[in-house]
Amino acid sequence: MYTKDGETYFIVDAHVALWDARPENQRNIHGKQFIDCFYDYHRNLSPESEKWPYEEFLHQGSERLMRDLFDEGHVDHAIFQPALLDEFYRNGFGQTEEAFALANAHPDKLTYNHCWDPRFGEGGLKQLREDAKRFGLKGCKLYTAEWRGQSRGWKLDDPWSYRYLETARELGIRNIHIHKGPTVRPLDRDAFDVADVDKAATDFPELNFVIEHVGLPRLEDFCWIATQEPNVHAGLAVAIPFMHTRPRYFAEIIGELLYWLDEDRIQFSSDYAIWTPRWLVERFVDFQIPEDMTEYPPLTTAQKKKILGLNAAEMYDIPVPAELRLDQPRTAEVV
Amino acid sequence: MLTPEQHARAALDAVVDPELDEPITELGFVRSLEVDDGRVTVHLRLPTPFCAPNFAYLMASDAKDVLTELSWTRAVTVELDDHHDSEVINRGLAVEAGYRGTFGAEADTDLDELRRTFHRKAHTAAMERALTGMLRADPDLAETDLHRVTVADLPADGTTRALLRRRSALGLGTDATLPVLVDEHGSPYPREEIPLRLRRARSTRISIDGNAHFCRGLLHTRYADESPATEETTA
Repeated sequence: MYTKDGETYFIVDAHVALWDARPENQRNIHGKQFIDCFYDYHRNLSPESEKWPYEEFLHQGSERLMRDLFDEGHVDHAIFQPALLDEFYRNGFGQTEEAFALANAHPDKLTYNHCWDPRFGEGGLKQLREDAKRFGLKGCKLYTAEWRGQSRGWKLDDPWSYRYLETARELGIRNIHIHKGPTVRPLDRDAFDVADVDKAATDFPELNFVIEHVGLPRLEDFCWIATQEPNVHAGLAVAIPFMHTRPRYFAEIIGELLYWLDEDRIQFSSDYAIWTPRWLVERFVDFQIPEDMTEYPPLTTAQKKKILGLNAAEMYDIPVPAELRLDQPRTAEVV
Repeated sequence: MLTPEQHARAALDAVVDPELDEPITELGFVRSLEVDDGRVTVHLRLPTPFCAPNFAYLMASDAKDVLTELSWTRAVTVELDDHHDSEVINRGLAVEAGYRGTFGAEADTDLDELRRTFHRKAHTAAMERALTGMLRADPDLAETDLHRVTVADLPADGTTRALLRRRSALGLGTDATLPVLVDEHGSPYPREEIPLRLRRARSTRISIDGNAHFCRGLLHTRYADESPATEETTA
């Protein structure tokens, strides 16, 4: 938790990873390009004091993750959102066993989400059932842009994708995080288009769809869909570091999200280890819409509390100490 | 009197990044330009090796076109550096294969449709900039009043000129009496829809601005030793 000016915030980092992008785990040039692209994001959007040397960025390990998130990062609970990328990395990009072991050792602090790929067909469905049981899955992270053989991506509304979503619903995996964000992959067709989320969200009203990276650079498409689909949520990963380099642009993003979605459907994420949560949490608490941007109302403390942790805690049934909840019922709040 | 290099660079000012709606010269995408006795060689670079190939191709082929159109150029070579599809794109450009010829089966839509989409978005963003500027300048002007704003009401400034250029690109008129808040076909919206349409236009404009921030920042990160730092430019 984080306390500033007498207000204490319960922090849920809804998108973290334990990755291994070291050369020995890179299967090919794409593995190097992928982590190099992440590193460009890291260097581009981080304050000088928060930038890591390239070698440190390639791999962190359990101990460092615990320190960066919980000892130094103000985080109360974090959720793993792994990417498989096994066509680029020998042992995958996200480190499943290590992350799951860590979540098991710290169930009060960590939730392990897994991933699936509908192109694995029947075998993948069987695996999903086993994974759901073994990992106790509440959520999954999907990467529609991922390469697989000749395929350069898939859509959330593909027939096989629907079979996986149906299985998830049956298994109680309610929270579907989906990467719809800045281009990090060499794709020709637009795998980051959010249109497929629209159909899936309509057809699976029992599931929550968290659009990671708020659909950037298609913010308008995302906002339009989220306005119509109450089970579509915004994940701030990659968008929130703009607080540092482009604060006025970030004010516009958060202003638009609050206008189109409302304050209950926006979640804080650091996207660790692209960014560490500490500076993001501190700056977001201090952040305010510039006064001359009269088209947006100022951010309230209650809104910040929801975004920084209470919204994701509710979605994942993470217990929040009574003194850190909001006093008044959520529905009675005035934006 | 412009040198051939200056002339060629000025011609490249007309080539815009389709998604960002800004000239490639201003975005820092032109890495080098050499002229040797009528032969022009241009190297382009993009912010990440993952920029979509269709955008990359669009910019590279537009650059080749504007340079070829200059009366004094005898041969034009445009090469895209450090892109994952550099080799494919450069080969396609060299033999004038066109987009479909370059990418074959992977190119599932024509570039003209892509171009039209970005013209439409650019117009929407320019319209929002102009109207939000009017709202900020006049606190008594309500959003719903915007339905009666015509081209004649706009101030004579860069924002207005940009809007008029984008109207022309879409084939819309620029006469003084025409309404400003219109769809891509030039049709105005009903008065009650104005606040919603303005909001939607605003989110489009923010998306475009955001992409420009992202691209500029990444370009600077990637070519830190070559490219100047940029300041925040959001309106």
